[in-house]
Amino acid sequence: MDQVKKVTTPLTKEKIAHLKAGDSVLLTGVIYTGRDAAHKNLVNALKEGKELPVDLKDQIIYYVGPTPAKPGQVIGSCGPTTSGRMDAYAPALIGLGLRGMIGKGPRNEKVIAAMKEHGAVYFAAIGGAGALIARSVKKAEIVAYPELGPEAIYRLEVEDFPCIVAIDSEGNNLYESY
Amino acid sequence: MRNIPVQVIIQTVKNLCIEAACNLPEDVEELIKANQAREESRFGKYIFEQMIENIRLAREENQAMCQDTGIAVVYLEVGQDVHITGGSLVDAVNEGVRQGYTQGYLRKSVVIDPVFNRKNTGDNTPAVIHTEIVPGDKLKIMVVPKGAGSENMGALKMLKPSDGLDGVKDFILKTVREAGGNPCPPVIVGVGIGGTMEKATLLAKKALTRKAGTPHPDEKYAALEKELLEKINEMGIGPQGLGGKITALAVHIETYPTHIATLPVTVNLNCHASRHREAIL
Repeated sequence: MDQVKKVTTPLTKEKIAHLKAGDSVLLTGVIYTGRDAAHKNLVNALKEGKELPVDLKDQIIYYVGPTPAKPGQVIGSCGPTTSGRMDAYAPALIGLGLRGMIGKGPRNEKVIAAMKEHGAVYFAAIGGAGALIARSVKKAEIVAYPELGPEAIYRLEVEDFPCIVAIDSEGNNLYESY
Repeated sequence: MRNIPVQVIIQTVKNLCIEAACNLPEDVEELIKANQAREESRFGKYIFEQMIENIRLAREENQAMCQDTGIAVVYLEVGQDVHITGGSLVDAVNEGVRQGYTQGYLRKSVVIDPVFNRKNTGDNTPAVIHTEIVPGDKLKIMVVPKGAGSENMGALKMLKPSDGLDGVKDFILKTVREAGGNPCPPVIVGVGIGGTMEKATLLAKKALTRKAGTPHPDEKYAALEKELLEKINEMGIGPQGLGGKITALAVHIETYPTHIATLPVTVNLNCHASRHREAIL
């Protein structure tokens, strides 16, 4: 693909202001994983006034539940899961300063409104390309909820992780084209 | 009677689970490659390239092509002259799934109870097992790992007979349109028409495992499959829902006689990772 933008994490409002829907991006740096059960735990902790196990300010959450790593591997297959299931939880985390999300498929209006209000970007990775995406993960460690197995929160160090800006911080949305 | 020991069944199911997760059927891969050249959108072309590279890598490295290695759907065709020895057939299938998902480093994605206890069972059991008794002395086993991303976007509708062909078409197209980018398009659209609620649904799921892109033997249904595929690919959803020509790779319809008062239709979608492997013992 032409004109790939290289982006390093953590993100900032300034960095994401340059990211527009339709941009191809290679991400490098730290990202955190989280999907259904981890999101439920995070938002429940917020409601109970507890401290979150991860400081999400300026961070990216990748919606993924990897396969187990084989001996010698950093991580197993790790493509994105359907983001819509996290829509109920995402606005609360964006309100805390979460700056980016990676997943697949469209988001609802509440998520997009929160992205515009607080400044956040949504990246699409290629669903089903789990073995390929694993190659861009250089380090993986569980940082919260190990009891959730594949749904635990991992801290990943990625290098040139391929994705596409699907919805930018102004609300421009690639999924609206059909 | 022909004896088949459960140990052989366990070993076979284990191998099929790993093979299905890591090695996409050649017919599905060919259909993906055949559609690559027809995609015109910038993202669509890129996504096809990455999908094909991913299929190659997964096969070469014997690694799951997608991290959602599914709930294991297992079809058994048991010859009526087969005698299973040494234990229960269902237990053997589940033991094979347990060993396959553990030893193959596949993801365990099954929870104990759908509502009150969504705790992971830890070994991807139990499988969803469909058993059919057939003539002969063979046992056919097919393992279909089904991911939830595409499974969640399926739908069933009990149409009225007066809804007719137009009602059937509208429901199928509406289901695919509403699924949009969620089920990891390009999808294979499995359709079951007729029978009863559960029969239509089983037909729709079974339709997904037909050799990819081969038409229905009845020319009326073959024409309907073709028409629906064209209409779906005019929607513009495209690979991964990011816009493009190729939203579906194929539409597979299966049918069954039905009651005078009903017209059940089920749509079961499969992502491009239409994984299934079979063995005959």
